[in-house]
Amino acid sequence: MNLGSIESLAYLYPEGILVLSILAIFLVDLCVEDKERLGNIALIGAALALVFTSGLSFFGVRFIEGLQGAGEGWLFHRMIALDSFAIFFKVILSLSVVGTVWMSLGSREINGPNQGEYYGILLASGLGMFFMASATNLLLAYLSLEFVSLTSYVLTGYLTRNRRSGEAALKYLIYGGVASGTMIYGMSWIFGLTGSLDYAEINAALLQNAPDHLTLFIALVLMLAGFGYKIAAVPFHMWAPDVYHGAPIPVTAFLSVGSKAAGFALLMRFFYPALSQSGDAGMWQFVPGVEWPQLMLIVAMVTMTLGNLAALNQHNVKRLLAYSSIAHAGYILMGFVVLSDEGLRAMLFYIVVYYLMNLGAFIVVMVVANNTGREDLEGFRGLAWRGGALPAAAMAIFLFSLTGLPPLAGFIGKFYLFAAVVKGQFYWLAVVGILNSVVSLYYYARIVKTMFLDEPSDLEGEVALDPHNGSLLAILSVATVVLGVYWAPVFDFADRSTRFFLGS
Amino acid sequence: MESSILTLMIFFPLAGMITVFCLPSQAKDLIRWTAFAFTLPAFFLGIWLYQNFDTTTTALQFVVNVPWIESFNIRYFVGVDGVSISMILLTALLCPICILASWNIERAEKGYFALFLLLDTAMTGVFCAMDFFLFFIFWELMLLPMYFLIGIWGGPRREYAAIKFFLYTMLGSALMLVCMLVFYFQAGAVEGVGYTFDLTQLPAVAQHFQAEPLLFGFSLPQIMWLALFINFAVKIPAFPFHTWLPDAHVEAPTAISVILAGVLLKMGTYGILRVNYPLLPEETFFFAPYCLAALGAWNIVYGAFCALSQCFTEPKDLKKLVAYSSISHMGYVMLGMASFTPQGINGAVLQMFNHGTITAMLFLIVGVIYDRAHHRRIDGFGGLASVMPVYTGVMGLAFFAAMGLPGLSAFISEVLCLLGAWHTHKIPTLLGALTVIITASYLLWTIQQMFLGKPREEYADMHLSEINTRELCMLAPLGVIVVVLGFYPHAVLDLLDVSLQGLNEVVLSASTSSPDAAAVALR
Repeated sequence: MNLGSIESLAYLYPEGILVLSILAIFLVDLCVEDKERLGNIALIGAALALVFTSGLSFFGVRFIEGLQGAGEGWLFHRMIALDSFAIFFKVILSLSVVGTVWMSLGSREINGPNQGEYYGILLASGLGMFFMASATNLLLAYLSLEFVSLTSYVLTGYLTRNRRSGEAALKYLIYGGVASGTMIYGMSWIFGLTGSLDYAEINAALLQNAPDHLTLFIALVLMLAGFGYKIAAVPFHMWAPDVYHGAPIPVTAFLSVGSKAAGFALLMRFFYPALSQSGDAGMWQFVPGVEWPQLMLIVAMVTMTLGNLAALNQHNVKRLLAYSSIAHAGYILMGFVVLSDEGLRAMLFYIVVYYLMNLGAFIVVMVVANNTGREDLEGFRGLAWRGGALPAAAMAIFLFSLTGLPPLAGFIGKFYLFAAVVKGQFYWLAVVGILNSVVSLYYYARIVKTMFLDEPSDLEGEVALDPHNGSLLAILSVATVVLGVYWAPVFDFADRSTRFFLGS
Repeated sequence: MESSILTLMIFFPLAGMITVFCLPSQAKDLIRWTAFAFTLPAFFLGIWLYQNFDTTTTALQFVVNVPWIESFNIRYFVGVDGVSISMILLTALLCPICILASWNIERAEKGYFALFLLLDTAMTGVFCAMDFFLFFIFWELMLLPMYFLIGIWGGPRREYAAIKFFLYTMLGSALMLVCMLVFYFQAGAVEGVGYTFDLTQLPAVAQHFQAEPLLFGFSLPQIMWLALFINFAVKIPAFPFHTWLPDAHVEAPTAISVILAGVLLKMGTYGILRVNYPLLPEETFFFAPYCLAALGAWNIVYGAFCALSQCFTEPKDLKKLVAYSSISHMGYVMLGMASFTPQGINGAVLQMFNHGTITAMLFLIVGVIYDRAHHRRIDGFGGLASVMPVYTGVMGLAFFAAMGLPGLSAFISEVLCLLGAWHTHKIPTLLGALTVIITASYLLWTIQQMFLGKPREEYADMHLSEINTRELCMLAPLGVIVVVLGFYPHAVLDLLDVSLQGLNEVVLSASTSSPDAAAVALR
C-alpha cells in the first residue's frame, strides 16, 4: 500500500495525539496559574499515543484498534513506512516519553514557571522520534533527526540559572551541528550515486549498477557521523558525558533512553532494508564490495571498551551513567554487525531492557538529588542506612541488570546479543564483550558498595521516597526482575518486529 | 508428587526469603526462627531423598523437565544422579546449621537472612539443574547474595574481599557463558539433537567440533575445555586462581565462611564432573594430567605450606590457616578426579562430601572462639583445654579429622584418592601423600599453642565461657557424620558408585577412540 498525504492521516493517530497535546499544553499554559496541571496533560497525551500505537486489548478482545491492526505500507508518498519495526519503536519511544514525563512530575529541577514549555518541547521531541523510527526517505530521516536534535538542545539548557546546563546545551548544539552537517554531506553523495533519496530506490540502484566502492564507503562513513552522534558511539560520543552531566536528570534519562532508541531505529532502517538484501535463513547480505560490518565491528568494540574504561574513574553518578550508556551503545552494536535476524531481534530486545534499567537508574539518581541536592557518589554514601533502603535496593537491581547478571533482564538482553554474535562466529567480539561486562561490574558495584557497604556520614540527610517516584520505581524494578525470569512475550514481540516493509 | 521433590527443595528457601521480607524488621527472633524453619523442609526432604534414591542406576531420578522459554528451547530441567546426590544432601544439611551459626548477627537481620535464603535456593539449584542455561542462572544467582553477605556483614576489609570474590567469579562465569552458546549452536547443527541446552543431550555434540588448531595450537573444543576449567578452577580454587579465597574467608561472617568452604568450593569440582567430563571427554583425558593432577598436587603442597606459615608469620590468623588448609584439601579431590580409576573418582566425590563437613566444623569452631574473644590470633590463646574442655573435645575431633586420622571420614577419602591416582600419576600422588606430614604439623602446632599448656595470664580476665547448647547443636550432627563415615563410608559411597563409574567409562572410551590418547593409556 502506498498512500497519499490525505489518506495517510488515518494511520497517524499516535502522532496526531502528540501534536494535539503539544498544542493543548501551550494553550493551557497561557491561561492557567497552576503549572503542575500541564505535566498531567503531557502524561495523558503520551499515554494515549502509547495506547493507540500498540492497540488496547484485554483477554484477547481488542478495545482500541491501534496501528497494529493497520497492516503495512508507505504513507505520505513513500516518506514514512508503517510496519512492525516502526510500531515496535513507537511503543518504546512513547514508553520513554511517558516515563520521562512521569519522572519530571516528581523532579525538583523541572518544577518551575516554565514547565509548560518544557513539557511541550519534550512531547515535540518524542514526535520527532516517531518519525525517525519510520522514515524511509533520506530527506525525512534528516529532517526528523534535526527536529529531535533541536528540541534536545532546548531541553538540555532548560535550567537557565544553571551554568552547567547552559554549557551542556551549547556543547550539544555545536557538536550536533557538525555531526548533522557531515551527515547531510554524506547523504548528498548517496544521492549522487543513486539518483534517489528513497530507501527502496537506493537499494535497487545500488544492486543494479554497483557504484565505486570507495565512494560509497566514504559516503557511509560521513553518514555514520550523524548516526553515531545520536546513539553516542565512539568516536562521535564526546558530547555525551558533558551533556548528560549538565542536563536536568529527566532530560538525561530521556536522551539516554529515547534519543538512543530513535537513533538505533534510524541506523537499522538505513543499513538493513536500504543498503542490504535479505537472504536465506534470516541472514542479510550487504551491497557487495563495502566491508562496513568490519568497520562497525571495530566501532562496537572500541565503543564498549572506551565507555567502560572511562566510567571506571567517575565520581559523578550522572557522568558515570553517561559513559555506561556509551558502553551499552557498543553492546547493542554487537547485534548490528552480525547481519542476521538474530542480531536484529537481540538489538530490539536489548533496547526494551535497556529502557527499563537505565530509566530506573536515573530515577534513583533523581530521588537522591531531590533530597540532598547531590549527584555525586558521595551523595549515595550509606543510602540504604539513612531511610533510602527501597531506592537503594531498586538501584542495586538496575545496576546489576546493567552489568548483565542473572536473573535480571539485562542478562537476558546480553545473552541474546552474545548468542547472535557466537552464532555468527565472531568469537573475538564475544570475548571482548564478555571482558567488558566484567570490567563494568567494577564501577556498577562501586555504586552498590557506596550505598550498602559504606556507613553514612552525618553530613547527608535522610532520603525519603515519595509515592509518585516510588510507584514508577516499583514498576520498573519489578519488570526488570520479571523479565529476567520470564521474557518470552517481550522476546516474541521483538521477534515479530524485525520485519521491514520493503514494498509489495 | 515424588518428582517435584527437587523443585520443593530449591524453592522452599525462596518462599522463606519472601516471608522474611514481609516480617517487621524489629521482630528479630521471629526473623531468625522463620529463616530456620524454611531451611528445615529441605533438610527433611533430603533425608527422604537419601532413603528413596535408587543406587543401582546411572539414570537421572526425580526428574522434572518442562519448557521454560520455548523459542530458544530453554527448559526447566532438574534431576539428581550419583554425581550430585551427595552435594544436594550436603547443602540441605549445612544450611540449617549455618542459620544457627548466624544467630549473633546484629545488623539488618532481615536483609541477612533473606539473602542467605536466596543463596540457599541458588546453591541447591546449581546441583539439581540439568539444563545448561538453568545451571548458569543458578550459578550466577549465587554471586549477588554472596557479595552482600560478605560486603555488609563481614570483617574490616570486607569491601575489598567482596569485590574481589565478585570479579573473579564473574570473569569465570563469563567464559562459561560463551562456551554454553558455542555448545548450543553446535548442537543445532548435529542430526538428531537440535538446538538445546540439555546437559544429557549435549555429550553427543562433542565429536562434531572441528579438530583443527584454532589458537596457539589448541582446537576449539580444547579452548572451550580450558575456558570451562578456568571458570570452575576459580571456585575450587585451583592454584593461580585461588587468591580471592583467603580474603573472602577471613572477612566473611562465620556462617558464610562455612557455606563458602562447605558448598561453594565443591561447585568447582562438581562443575568439572558435570560439564567438562561428559561434554568434552576426549579433552578431559588430554588435559587431566596437567590441569587436574599436577595442579591438584601443587594445590595440596602449596595450601599446606601457606597454612603452616600462618603458625609463624603475622597476623597468625586461625581462620586464614583453616582457609589455606581448605585449598590444600581440595587438591586431593582434583588428584582423585584426574586418575580415571574407580577408587580415584569415588574417593574424589567422597572427599568433596567429607571436606564439606570437616571444614564446616573447623570454621564453626573458629567462629565460636571469635564470638568470645573477638580475635583469632593463634598465639593469642593458651591452655584453652582447661577453660573450655567440651569445646576442646569438639575441636580435637575436627582437627584430627582434617589431619586424616584413620577412623575419621577424611582418611578414607584421601586414601582412596591417592590409591586411585597412584596408577596414573605417580609423582603428584607422592607429593600429595607426603604433604600429610605438613598438614599434621600445622594442625598440631595450632592445638599446642591454643589449647595446651597453661592459660595465659594476660588473657585471664577474659572469662571465656564454655560452648553453649546452640553451638553444640550445630557442631554435633557434623561430628557424628565425620565419625560414622570414618567407619562406614559406604553410606555415601553406595550413592555415588554407579553413576561415577558410568562417567569414568565415558571419558575412558572417548580417550581410546582417538589414536594418541590410546598410546597414553597403554603406557
